[in-house]
Amino acid sequence: MNALRRNVLKGAAGAGAVAIAVAAGLLKPTQAMAAWNKAAFEAKSVGDAMKGLDVVGPIDSKEITIKMPDIAENGAVVPVEVTSSIAGTTGIAIFAEKNGTPLVGSYSLSGGAEGFISTRIKVAQTSFVRAVVNAGGKSYTATKEVKVTVGGCGG
Amino acid sequence: MAEPMRIRATMAGDVADVKVLMNHPMETGLRKDAKTGQLVPAHFIQDVTATVNGAAVLNADFGTGISKNPYLGFKVKGPQKGDKVVVNWVDNKGDKNSAEATIG
Repeated sequence: MNALRRNVLKGAAGAGAVAIAVAAGLLKPTQAMAAWNKAAFEAKSVGDAMKGLDVVGPIDSKEITIKMPDIAENGAVVPVEVTSSIAGTTGIAIFAEKNGTPLVGSYSLSGGAEGFISTRIKVAQTSFVRAVVNAGGKSYTATKEVKVTVGGCGG
Repeated sequence: MAEPMRIRATMAGDVADVKVLMNHPMETGLRKDAKTGQLVPAHFIQDVTATVNGAAVLNADFGTGISKNPYLGFKVKGPQKGDKVVVNWVDNKGDKNSAEATIG
């Protein structure tokens, strides 16, 4: 009886703390609610973006292939294909390292989806494009450099 | 707002190859309008989900670094010809669109 009462009180206090954090602007409501990972997508560096995705110390892997042109004339549209032959791949994230916000897209795979994503991204300037793959609770990574003649962000 | 999407799904062996083309401006919020000099507000797809016969296969989050009129290709192992693929997206303004295709 008393334990239950304690828990109820604790729960109320916890909810109160969240409300205060929201009011103080520490936690934006969208951040707390939406599935879209605002912290990771708005991070200004690859390290921060990875932190936002809970990626810690990814291992370099040759089993990840990034297929994209060596030279992209138009940085606004750069085709990228990421293939992971690591067994049990459940997630792929793509970063353009020198973009203002490096995280481009994050894909979680389930229900028989293969470790493959094909897309087109914006690349601001000549830089490395990095793929991070989640498989079996571990993170793996690979990069490929792309030379950009005309930048793809703003103008 | 929501213009039609294009979607195609074909079987190659036991793997379904799905290709989706979405119509969307994918504004970063950093670009200036050439005429007015004002920043064009950010408007981009944030969330894309794909299902095969109702079961989730892909949940993608897009940032502003995805090109205008996003293309998305993915592969799913296991489905049969005639199975239904559905792709939905939602953007940062809450606009949404959906398209479906039968695997051929």
